[in-house]
Amino acid sequence: MAAYEVEQGDAVHPGDPVVVDRYTPGARANHWITATCLVLLAISGLALFYPSFFFLTALFGGGQWTRAIHPWIGIVLFFSFFGLFLRFWKANLWRSEDGAWLVRLRDVLTNNEEKLPEVGKYNAGQKVVFWSMSILIIILICTGIVIWDQYFYPLTSIAQKRWAILLHSLAAVTIICVWIVHVYAAIWVRGTIGAMTRGQVTGGWAWRHHRKWLKELVSGTAGDRKTGTKPTS
Amino acid sequence: MAFEFELPPAPTQNIKVDLGEGDLVRRSASTVPPPAKKLTPVAKLIDVSKCIGCKACQVACLEWNDRTERIGFNYGVYDNPVDLTPESFTVMRFTEWVNPESQNLEWLIRKDGCMHCEDPGCLKACPAPGAIVQYSNGIVDFDHEKCIGCGYCIKGCPFDIPRISAVDHKAYKCTLCSDRVAVGQGPACARTCPTHAIVFGTKEEMKQHAAERIKDLQSRGYKNAGLYDPPGVGGTHVMYVLQHADKPEIYADLPKDPRISPVVEFWKGLTKYAGMAAMGAFAAVGVFHYLVSGPNKVQPKDEEDAKRLAGGR
Repeated sequence: MAAYEVEQGDAVHPGDPVVVDRYTPGARANHWITATCLVLLAISGLALFYPSFFFLTALFGGGQWTRAIHPWIGIVLFFSFFGLFLRFWKANLWRSEDGAWLVRLRDVLTNNEEKLPEVGKYNAGQKVVFWSMSILIIILICTGIVIWDQYFYPLTSIAQKRWAILLHSLAAVTIICVWIVHVYAAIWVRGTIGAMTRGQVTGGWAWRHHRKWLKELVSGTAGDRKTGTKPTS
Repeated sequence: MAFEFELPPAPTQNIKVDLGEGDLVRRSASTVPPPAKKLTPVAKLIDVSKCIGCKACQVACLEWNDRTERIGFNYGVYDNPVDLTPESFTVMRFTEWVNPESQNLEWLIRKDGCMHCEDPGCLKACPAPGAIVQYSNGIVDFDHEKCIGCGYCIKGCPFDIPRISAVDHKAYKCTLCSDRVAVGQGPACARTCPTHAIVFGTKEEMKQHAAERIKDLQSRGYKNAGLYDPPGVGGTHVMYVLQHADKPEIYADLPKDPRISPVVEFWKGLTKYAGMAAMGAFAAVGVFHYLVSGPNKVQPKDEEDAKRLAGGR
């Protein structure tokens, strides 16, 4: 069955504790390439935006190197994120329970998980992060090309470049804020980081945070024991 | 009769350099202590009505600055090169303009180049500390050692002046011959101009000289003759005497009321501070939330429930 909330590679391994496969090695590699690019872009971008951070250009071999390399890292990030987008977009489509979840944001923040509706592989917060990242990265790559003078200078007017660089800065600041939310949530909600390092979470984590996903996964794998019974050690 | 603003010959001994780090009033992406002494503001006055379009200034500029312009292409117009380049810090822009009142064809020749704004947009936009500096005499200069080639100065400039070299990826523009001015000389273009269309001196002297020139032009029928010293950028240290000062745009699109673009002001102003505040707030809320709420931990009951659901061993 084509479970809506389940992505390729997701699987439940009964045991004590129950272990759930959440991200394939491909998805994890894809994620960490994107993450590395995003951090490098943030550092080099902040160095070019804030005089007080200009010293960070030393990490890239100086100002000239930073200016030259930043757009190329952006290109890598764009394609890398596009890979993530293709993997994750379907499970990030907005569902009816997401609105109810967002309304109860207070309970989310006060760790009153039991008062929240059951959600699939991603909760509304994660979906907001996903779609924000997607939209912001499109804005950043488009405006970034407009101000990539070395190759694209003749294509736009100076007035257009001024708007592009303003939008680029605003989008960059926003994506850094979104990134802070993303990283903080991963630290705050214990047991999450393992999903992106070893690819697995515990059954309890899935039950607590993504019950609908777990339920779909269990009912789905019931007919497909091959993926469900691999030794987990 | 000797010309009043004839520039002195090059000094050969007892050379005293008086433009140094201590004379900076602005420094890109950084701050400078206020200079102990303030130099007299200087200015270059370009009298468009006196220019004969000989391009001696272009040659003198290339020669003094040790630049070599590549062999160009004849586009069928006098402008050559057709635009400023990383080598040519100045170009003559030729405009054929029919005066609607007199039906006379007027050949307007404007020597284009850096205007040395009192409020320089290039310096405001520059992210590299010290790559663009302004001296207390008004000269805006680029320090190529510190330039990173980002092209932000191009976006900051209201006059479309800086050019990035494809060879060394650094920005170039007229220096107002800061190295000559530092030793009491005037810019190479002013020194070479055969008609004294380009004159150099203190800004005050140049304004007085301009006033005489404007009076003369007005007496000869150019009733809108005037000085181009645009207040939108705090005035400039390169000024024009224009026959038609009410219509600067007829001189190859010389902006009527130049100012640093509000988009650039917003980008380098509010965006920077609001951005820092937003990022700081997000991080602070994260830390605060963690301190107040603590980590969200999976409970033993959750694991039990999961086991029940998935069927544990």
